[in-house]
Amino acid sequence: MQTLIKGGRIIDPARGIDAAGDLLIDSGTIAGIEPGGSIEPDGDHCQFIDARGKWVCPGLVDMHVHFRQPGEEYKETIATGSRAAAAGGFTAVCTMPNTSPVNDCAEVTRFIIEQAEAAGLVRVYPAAAISRGLEGRQLCEFGELAAAGAVAVTDDGRPVSDPLLMRRALEYSSAFGLRVISHCEELELSAGGAMNEGALATAMGLPGIPCAAESIMVMRDISLARLTEVAVHIAHVSTAESVAAIRRAKEEGIPVTAETAPHYFSLTEKAVEGYDTHAKMNPPLRCEQDRLAVCEALADGTIDAIATDHAPHSELEKLVEFQLAANGVVGLETSLPLGLKLVAGGLLSPLQLIERMSAAPARILGLPSGLRKGMAADIVIIDPEVEFTVSAAGFRSKGRNTPFEGWSLRGRAVLTMVGGKTVYRDAGFGQ
Amino acid sequence: MQFARKDILDMESLSVEEIRLILDTAESMKEISRRPIKKVPTLRGKTVILFFYEPSTRTRMSFDIAAKRLSADSLSISASTSSLVKGETLLDTARNLEAMHPDIVILRHSRAGAPHFLARHLKSSVINAGDGIHAHPTQALLDMMTVREKKGTLEGLKIAIVGDIAHSRVARSNCAGFTKMGSQVVVCGPPTMMPTGIESLGVSVAPDIDTAIEGADIIMMLRIQKERQKGFLMATEREYSRFFGLTPERLEKARPDVLIMHPGPMNRGVEIAPEVADGPYSIILDQVTNGVAVRMALLFLVAGGARHADVD
Ligand SMILES: [Zn+2]
Ligand SMILES: [Zn+2]
Repeated sequence: MQTLIKGGRIIDPARGIDAAGDLLIDSGTIAGIEPGGSIEPDGDHCQFIDARGKWVCPGLVDMHVHFRQPGEEYKETIATGSRAAAAGGFTAVCTMPNTSPVNDCAEVTRFIIEQAEAAGLVRVYPAAAISRGLEGRQLCEFGELAAAGAVAVTDDGRPVSDPLLMRRALEYSSAFGLRVISHCEELELSAGGAMNEGALATAMGLPGIPCAAESIMVMRDISLARLTEVAVHIAHVSTAESVAAIRRAKEEGIPVTAETAPHYFSLTEKAVEGYDTHAKMNPPLRCEQDRLAVCEALADGTIDAIATDHAPHSELEKLVEFQLAANGVVGLETSLPLGLKLVAGGLLSPLQLIERMSAAPARILGLPSGLRKGMAADIVIIDPEVEFTVSAAGFRSKGRNTPFEGWSLRGRAVLTMVGGKTVYRDAGFGQ
Repeated sequence: MQFARKDILDMESLSVEEIRLILDTAESMKEISRRPIKKVPTLRGKTVILFFYEPSTRTRMSFDIAAKRLSADSLSISASTSSLVKGETLLDTARNLEAMHPDIVILRHSRAGAPHFLARHLKSSVINAGDGIHAHPTQALLDMMTVREKKGTLEGLKIAIVGDIAHSRVARSNCAGFTKMGSQVVVCGPPTMMPTGIESLGVSVAPDIDTAIEGADIIMMLRIQKERQKGFLMATEREYSRFFGLTPERLEKARPDVLIMHPGPMNRGVEIAPEVADGPYSIILDQVTNGVAVRMALLFLVAGGARHADVD
């Protein structure tokens, strides 16, 4: 069975391609690709997809999601999270280990992979815990976890506060090819904080979280990466100071990579005005200068990847006093459209945006990404022009906690394919 | 002027005209408290719920007396004793309250924004009786009433607020209220107790207490809590009182007709020397009296008082 995607704008950051052309899929793999040319199908049974006016890209990769299973299935399951991912144009995600039980042993890792296979939508790559129970005391069995299918280790949701544990995690991880992802937060500085520290927090009477709570640990981890010569990946960068530290480290050749989330390049702390718990996350939304620094870092590559930190919560956690509300926002179904705003604003080229959302996170996690002949057909077709209004009620995710409700956005995924199988198709596309 | 506001949540949301109306109304209410029979029928048939998540005898008593003097039915619920509250979210509680059809809910809560949350989910009026470190508008209004009564105006006065500004809802509401009414507010305290960006509330930060109180018309001393040693906010009470306490010697720097305020309860000998607290400049007891008047005014106004007043 062949599928021919005709006349689309083929964007493949892995090879720096951005040109109109055709792409042929046969039995789930890419059988031919002709940027700047056309392909004629050789078999009789060929399905055509008219991609004129659309972008044909490698499937997006979200290297930071919370799918809540096992343990908090009322917030999200691997199946509902996968549906949200597919609808957002993602073909692969990396799930954080702060579930209940924590993904700190091979059984949980295997469970996640089995659930993902049962859902049969997107590829789910588990990140396992660095420390047993995320408690920061005992190293997990990285070898067992890697053998079970984990691609990274992190205590995300919490920092690794003990610098010796972080050092050992970096050293030990290198034996098993696991990427170490760091949630940077100095807990003594952030304790009790509910939003970014500053004039707005003062006026709202909310305890603040200073930027230094993040950047101190970013700097620590950079020092440890230099010491161990093992790469560290910094999760959800939110401050100008962190950006500056990462930029300097990269200039010095220290192995460090970084991600930021759409809310950090789209919003500032002003979104929490009126005590809007849908704008409460950790790290918190910062000031305009931080937002601009994050944007600039995405443009110059200081920040390698866009990851959503998709963190679904139910109303139970969000319809409460601001200080008591859970941290986190959903992101899978708004990430690409918000990224496209950066393209519309001239900050990123289409090729750069797709790179930050596919090739870069794949490279960091050691996953395949690209539109080369012989590769699995993990593909997203994007309509860059379609206009729509964000409505959480229509999300595939169980989470409705978005700060972007009611936003008018332009451009989104209209077809997502994993291994040649269509896992999402926009109702209005190709009918 | 019609008072159209459903809720009293913070000073920032009140206009200059609304503040003036509240203070004027409070002045006329004060007369009721001086009568031999301290009760008018104005809010007869209205239900006022005093909902206190945090213990506070003084503020609750003040509201309770205010409600009773206006003949409202008042009912107290405290989080520590009420099964209504235990194990329930604030939203559950709000829905339960709504079912009782109260006219006014007065909320004291340890978290900033809780009254705003309640106000969004209740048809009844909500009056903030203090939320976390955010706001305490009724305290600010009674402070402003007291100052206006003593000085004849709020315009052009220098108000010095000294102490733990970062953790004080009284300071925040007074900064917002007094500056709105044309006073010049100077805040002072150890840098550990000075919140980031406080200047954005329209106040200036004095480097030391002597600068703060120099030429001040009003000095407001905030209560210092011993627990503050925990977050490394101060070293010792002894040192605090030496460098940030209000002493008779320091007071000489202020205007001769300076007035001393304190939201209470006081730590005599820590933030305020006993001879200052009990001296002739102190208007701390006037604050308590005016507290009842301001709260009567607010109950009256949010209950649609202006409209009923013509009938009564
Ligand atoms: Zn995190
Ligand atoms: Zn996370």
